Amino acid sequence: MQKLLKMGLFSTFLAGMAFANSAMAESLTIATVNNGDMVVMQKLSSQFTAETGIDLSWVVLEENVLNQRVTTDVATGSGQFDVVTIGAYTTPIWGRLGWLTELNDLGPDYDTDDVLPTVKTALSVDGKMYASPFYAESSFTFYRKNLFEKAGLTMPEQPTYAQIAEFAAKVNDKANGVYGICLRGKAGVGENVSYLGAVINTFGGRWFDESWKPELNSEPWKKAVGFYVDLLQKYGPPGASSNGFNENLALFSTGHCAMWIDATVAAGMLFDPKKSSVSKDVGYVQSPLQDHAEGARSFWSWGLGIPASSKKVELAKRFIVWATSKDYIKRVAASEGWVAIPPGTRFSTYKLPEYLAAAPFAEPTLKAILSVDTTEPNYRPVPYIGAHYVVIPEFQAIGSTLGQMIAGALTGGSTVDEALDQAQSSTERMMQQAGYYNN
Amino acid sequence: MLSARQRTTLYSGIAGWTLALCLFFPIFWMLVTSFKTEAEAIGGMNSLFFVPTLENYTAINERANYASYLLNSVVVSFTATVLALAIALPTVYSMVFFPTGRTKDVLMWILSTKMLPPVGVLVPIYLMFKSVHLIDSRAALIVVYTFGNLPIVVWMLYSFFKDVPGEIIEASRMDGATTLQQIRLILVPLTLPGIASTGLLSVILCWNEAFWSINLTSTAAAPLTSLVASFSSPEGLFWAKLSAVSSLAVAPIILFGWITQKQLVRGLTFGAVK
Amino acid sequence: MSIIHLSQGLDASRRISFQMPKWLLIMPCIGLLFVWTTFPLLTTIYYSFQRYNLLSPMMTGSAGIENYAYLFTDPALYAAIANTLILVGSVVFVTIAVGTLLAVLFDQDFPGRNIARVLAISPFFVMPTVAALIWKNLLMHPIYGVFASIANSIGLAPVDWFTQWPLLSVVIIVSWQWIPFAALILITAMQSLDGEQMEAARMDGARGIVAFRYIVLPFLARPIAIVVLIETIFLFSVFAEILVTTGGGPGLETTNLTYLIYIKAILEWNIGGASAAGIVSIVVANVVAFILVATVARNFAK
Repeated sequence: MQKLLKMGLFSTFLAGMAFANSAMAESLTIATVNNGDMVVMQKLSSQFTAETGIDLSWVVLEENVLNQRVTTDVATGSGQFDVVTIGAYTTPIWGRLGWLTELNDLGPDYDTDDVLPTVKTALSVDGKMYASPFYAESSFTFYRKNLFEKAGLTMPEQPTYAQIAEFAAKVNDKANGVYGICLRGKAGVGENVSYLGAVINTFGGRWFDESWKPELNSEPWKKAVGFYVDLLQKYGPPGASSNGFNENLALFSTGHCAMWIDATVAAGMLFDPKKSSVSKDVGYVQSPLQDHAEGARSFWSWGLGIPASSKKVELAKRFIVWATSKDYIKRVAASEGWVAIPPGTRFSTYKLPEYLAAAPFAEPTLKAILSVDTTEPNYRPVPYIGAHYVVIPEFQAIGSTLGQMIAGALTGGSTVDEALDQAQSSTERMMQQAGYYNN
Repeated sequence: MLSARQRTTLYSGIAGWTLALCLFFPIFWMLVTSFKTEAEAIGGMNSLFFVPTLENYTAINERANYASYLLNSVVVSFTATVLALAIALPTVYSMVFFPTGRTKDVLMWILSTKMLPPVGVLVPIYLMFKSVHLIDSRAALIVVYTFGNLPIVVWMLYSFFKDVPGEIIEASRMDGATTLQQIRLILVPLTLPGIASTGLLSVILCWNEAFWSINLTSTAAAPLTSLVASFSSPEGLFWAKLSAVSSLAVAPIILFGWITQKQLVRGLTFGAVK
Repeated sequence: MSIIHLSQGLDASRRISFQMPKWLLIMPCIGLLFVWTTFPLLTTIYYSFQRYNLLSPMMTGSAGIENYAYLFTDPALYAAIANTLILVGSVVFVTIAVGTLLAVLFDQDFPGRNIARVLAISPFFVMPTVAALIWKNLLMHPIYGVFASIANSIGLAPVDWFTQWPLLSVVIIVSWQWIPFAALILITAMQSLDGEQMEAARMDGARGIVAFRYIVLPFLARPIAIVVLIETIFLFSVFAEILVTTGGGPGLETTNLTYLIYIKAILEWNIGGASAAGIVSIVVANVVAFILVATVARNFAK
């Protein structure tokens, strides 16, 4: 009896807790990704609260989960979030759907002209900005200077893929656990497809022709993917087909890769002697070109946007201006050091002498970002915008399937032709079902 | 020389411990990794000897309020489990001791309610909770978990109650016990190990559920799974930190598991009742 | 307090006192569960016949059987069904085998049994995503994983788990997580195994394997059948481990039904198509459950 009574009381207590509500002061709820710059922003949010009296609550999730969580909320108009972190792929889609508040009046301190044009365009629709950028990246070719010296090779400022293949052959040293080249191989629209998108563009392939018919098994695609699979199978590390950005970062920073082509953000991580054992001989140049420069670099930007269903638009704008202003960058420098400032968004960042001195990769990063034009992602005319990605809602599913197929070709489970044929037929069905064209 | 009995015990002990250690090894490795730096975490066995650091735990503490997530997890998991047990107990009592021709079908129907993958019903369920203003509330999670675990709680209790000879219940009825008394005074004490195991499994299922707990909450009701999820990153080494936050999430459950498994005593032999 | 004592403490006038009617005992459970699960099921059926994409609000209207037609002409569906069955079957087999072994071993009172028991059920305590990440990156990785280091130190080439055996790797991870589930139920079930019967058998000379086959196994038949059924239904929804390790690849080798639904529902936001896939998944699960009850899990209600 005693026991039951105790259980009963305990249950009532729990039930009470279950319905408890906490009082709310003036506050904003921010949904964001778990990357270094946002973690820092979270850290500095106490400064914002001290200056403005607005409390900040953070919901931090991994990129894909965040996208899922925020889409569910915004699409159903639930208003759980006042500020959302959205990327260059999502922003134009949601902007067009009217799900985001236009950011046209951020005040004189904001200095819209200071924002890099590539980044501004990527986060806008018809000239209207829907997210304020706080981070942007492109791609680099990372390489080990000492290994190249030993092999008597010089990495040019702008390598071609043909050269990369040559170099990989010469520096490959399986016996000592050093692999010629590490590239993303894990299946996923944000993993291997993220890398390959740029490669396909530079080999001259395009995702869709002017009438939206997919071209996934066209000649340039076969050349590009064939080259990639061949390169990785010959000179890549084992487990390549499940290596994403993080795994390759781990491999390169522990000395297992001679070359690595991936996002510019890795530069800061590889330079940090606390995180990387090769920090002293990391070199970086622009990512390789093949036949065409349009869309040849990967590009990504994270921005802060305000869902249209938010009830705190003015407060949210204040936060956004605070978090993406020139001042904020100096704030981060004061707190975390110059190497850790959020890169790739403003011209003024790249005029700061302290930053240029602390981060030798700063100017090449700027060059890479400025070379991207999301309105012209391919040397041939195309009906879509994007970079290594395509800004249509179906892209995530298309990319996911494509990623799986290419990973299958990489492990030898299928040939490149088979993989691309399967991806093509799946994409055709998806595009037709979505109503882009009829057959 | 050992007797046959002692040999059995010895061999069982060796085999049992070997198996247990093998099963525990990945978790052990996770705990160890939580005290390494990110660079050491990916060093494999090379970093078997390393200087332990608390930097991961400090980072977690700086970034988030562990206590608030812990409280949400505890409240949601235990409330849902208690509710599920409360609803299931009378039901299973009836199904075991007073079965009908329909009992088997009812059991199969209960199981079939778990056949719809949650991923497919995210939007309708979200809209449903939105319409009653319960997004980001513990109540929403408790409702989802209670009904989500009800089938498994029912089935597990069914399995354990079936081991109780019907004669005992019959005898107590003859002696004038009400239904409530039968359950409270006879059934529950006899099946305490089973109820404890069921409770433990239900709590664990709630504790580690990572789909609804992330999609139906944002800040107020976010449980430990949200905290752990916030340390997964596709751009940047995170395995040491993830190990640390996961260790923090697992610790309370190990404690609860230890307490619960002490109920697994084989003390009540039904043979004696005859 | 012995049972007999308890029984004698009750109303001595020996009239049959108030017994709750059966339906009252069952109704809360059935009723609530019915209300709770019917809504998602009905909406899923409804949406499966609609054109509904969250990101394309313009696209509305009835789709007839279009979603189903599209689904059944998708080669990925059949691969997904096959993978689901292989995954579920393998994991159930391994967990029951190891779980039964653990139940028998932990029935003996050896030193430190309690601690070993908690260690043995610890895999279930970890979140599936974290478990999968630890296995993939810290243990199984062919370059910096623990298994690779062990292999290198004894001169063997490390296994490239996710390249050569992707589905097997996923099966290993999921089995590891679910062994404690089977073990806990079977260990608990062993508590009810009549100690006297075992003692008598032992005194008659039946030892080890014989005792196991003729006493323990028949006794465990029902709990095992129940574990088979519960695990089968749960394992249909395995998804986090796949997402985090292989992303459904390489090719379609680790795509199961739930992952297929995920791609449609969450990546494509094609609620119509995802609902159709959900219905197909339910049908497959029902067929499998039906077959199980007729064969392996016959005994679950005895």
